[in-house]
Amino acid sequence: MDLFGSFALILAFICALYAIGGGIGAILTRKPLLIKSARHAGMAVCVLIFLATGSLIYLFFTDNFSVAYVVAHSNRDLSTLYKVSALWAGQEGSLLFWSFLLSIYVFSVLVTYRGKHPELMPYVGVILAGVQLFFLTLNNFVASPFRVLGTMGAGGVWQVFTRADGNGLTPLLQYPEMVIHPPNLYLGYTGFTIPFAFALAALLGRYPGEKWIHLTRKWTMIAWCFQTMGILLGAHWAYAVLGWGGYWAWDPVENASLMPWLTGTAFLHSVMMQEKRGMMKVWNVWLVFCTFMLCILGTLLTRSGIVSSVHAFAQSSIGAWFVGFLAVILLVCLISFLKNRDYLRSENQLDSMISRESSFLFNNLILLVACIAILSGTLFPVFSEWVEGTKISVGAPFFNRVNIPVGLLLLFLTGVGPLLAWRRTSLESLRRNFAWPLAAGLLAGAIAFPLGCRDFFSLMCLMLSVFVVLTIGQEFYRGARVIRARTNCDFLSALVQLTLRNTRRYGGYVVHFGIVMIFVGIAGAAFNQDKQAEMTIGSTMDIGRYHLVLQSMDSKPERNYTSERMIFEVMRDSRPMMMLYPERRFFQSNEQSGTMVAIYSTLREDLYVVYAGRSPDTNVPVIHAYLNPLVKWIWFGGLVVVMGTLLALVPNRQPVLVLKTADQPVPVKGAAQAVPAPISSYERKK
Amino acid sequence: MKKHLKFGVGIAVILLSLGWLAWLGARESKTYYHTIAELGTLRGSDLHHRMRIGGTVQAGSIQKLAGRVDFVLQGEGKSLAVSYVGSDPLPDTFVDNSQALVEGSLAADGRFTAEKVQAKCASKYEADPSHPKSPGAYTSPDAKS
Repeated sequence: MDLFGSFALILAFICALYAIGGGIGAILTRKPLLIKSARHAGMAVCVLIFLATGSLIYLFFTDNFSVAYVVAHSNRDLSTLYKVSALWAGQEGSLLFWSFLLSIYVFSVLVTYRGKHPELMPYVGVILAGVQLFFLTLNNFVASPFRVLGTMGAGGVWQVFTRADGNGLTPLLQYPEMVIHPPNLYLGYTGFTIPFAFALAALLGRYPGEKWIHLTRKWTMIAWCFQTMGILLGAHWAYAVLGWGGYWAWDPVENASLMPWLTGTAFLHSVMMQEKRGMMKVWNVWLVFCTFMLCILGTLLTRSGIVSSVHAFAQSSIGAWFVGFLAVILLVCLISFLKNRDYLRSENQLDSMISRESSFLFNNLILLVACIAILSGTLFPVFSEWVEGTKISVGAPFFNRVNIPVGLLLLFLTGVGPLLAWRRTSLESLRRNFAWPLAAGLLAGAIAFPLGCRDFFSLMCLMLSVFVVLTIGQEFYRGARVIRARTNCDFLSALVQLTLRNTRRYGGYVVHFGIVMIFVGIAGAAFNQDKQAEMTIGSTMDIGRYHLVLQSMDSKPERNYTSERMIFEVMRDSRPMMMLYPERRFFQSNEQSGTMVAIYSTLREDLYVVYAGRSPDTNVPVIHAYLNPLVKWIWFGGLVVVMGTLLALVPNRQPVLVLKTADQPVPVKGAAQAVPAPISSYERKK
Repeated sequence: MKKHLKFGVGIAVILLSLGWLAWLGARESKTYYHTIAELGTLRGSDLHHRMRIGGTVQAGSIQKLAGRVDFVLQGEGKSLAVSYVGSDPLPDTFVDNSQALVEGSLAADGRFTAEKVQAKCASKYEADPSHPKSPGAYTSPDAKS
């Protein structure tokens, strides 16, 4: 099976070469047969990668311990679910997984648009095949997942051998989140290849702006949605598994995933400026280019170990390949841009500071500043080594000082932007739209401050959140009211109709609402508490409103680990609430231990209890308890963001206004010749 | 022209204030990376900077005491005595022979006071006897940190 897999990969490499060569030929000669065969080659690349991935999964499921990668990441006792996730546990497999997910996108694009956009698709095909060729080079020649275990025996004969059992999967990956976080995040990273390909193709082919913007936007939303989920799932894993009570540490690998998300968000907003006013064309093209390059940079940071991180899972020379690829992409983008600059001339200018264009401009500015700040902070050690000779790193204070004000400014723009008119907004309109939400925000602050919310940023966050939620609600309410006046239906169906008429806009509002929820959840971190104590059976701990009693402990062997559990009874305000079971797991195969945090999560706060092991001198269990307010809002907010994005992806329903249903065909007056039978009714299907 | 000026001012205000905040944050959290061997060569104000030091945890040296954890970090033949005084629990991967990164400052007596500890799992991926290392294979723990 490993031979099958490596053969499929080599074939894919050859097909990718043809897809590029034939594709370039198709662009130059415009022969329909060449166009078709290049596209077929592109699809063949994807299918071959699917087969190769399938064969690697097969090797895991059949416990084939002659293959080095399987030995390194699996063992017989590993459950089936984790054998699947072992696919991406190491360098070689995760690179193949990257190629696999990219191929899903490429295949979908090639199939969806076959026969459409004939001026654009050949370019798209070549670019996509080029990116795939890079990863196939790694898959085949640099980091092959199908390498077998073997030694050079006597007389130069290669001896293959098989291990009896593997080393097993690292315990940090044996959690359900770790089965969904990488696929989501990789679907985000690889997904941004598609808008990149469309943008570069449009630039090279000088394709009309309005058309490629529409295509690119849709694929960017899909990739963005997965990236959002990937980031939040990663944060949730860090929170629920690593046991330090937090969800974001500004670690280089975390930052690597956030940066393309920021530029992707900027693009999704500034694209509206290009659609409505023909502005920001150069800016948009470079935003897409930068988003893709940041994705490659992201995977470079994760895999090469040039900045130290808790997440970096292998140190190797593979970084050089990615740097080279990044350089090639940058060169291609620069040359394409310089050659076709005039095609990107802007049609309009900015008119007023108080306009929607202005709010998009500031939105983009702030997101870009945040991205540059995070990039600088993450690469600080690399730059400082060049300049000063020592590696200097910056920590959370640096990132928080910049990004918290950025977040608040963004929150403000989220409320203000949608209510500003294009070109110029009148003072009257400003007053009408903002008076109530602003007043409500100030009121919320005035109530919260005496109640104990004294932290400046949290207070601002609360006030702005109230402001934004009310502006969003106002938009829905006013729109639904207009529809209800016209069609005389109830409020709920008016809301539904309103949303479906312009899913992008109202789906976007739902996304904004989700983002507000996430910000509120993050603001809760200002009020975190924690306590640590050694506890024996019967001892108690108080934190916040909660009273914990250690009732007992137990220990039991599982399939590939032994677990030791502390059993707590939790009381709140003197009423028994529930039991919590913080646990430690010891994995025999690789002699590593893992923590299972016990979390009791409500909308108001999370009670988070960690069994941190035993004190070596007294052998008494050490317990850390944390009280983290509002964390659940982050995860719920994330769900709302995803739902909003899905809503925005739904095509608009074009309603026809029904004035009166016609029961009988109405003859056309004054028609002498035969006319086609008039449509008997214009009723829209429910 | 006037509206461009307004935008320019607005953009400049945002950039300058965020830049200033970034500079403040960098100054507050600037941490120098040194190897254990380099520590001997540091002079003057360099000795009092926040530092990050990487090395391998010496087998058997981890001692959990009241309020701190003592251990010895080894690298390039030199050792460094470290006391971890932070409140976060030590990572599960922090065991004998793991690669650790400590962040903190040097005390006057030459011990290192660590406020943060990161650890990577000791590589268990045995290289096969006389099997040539291919690029992209896992590096053993004694490779560059």
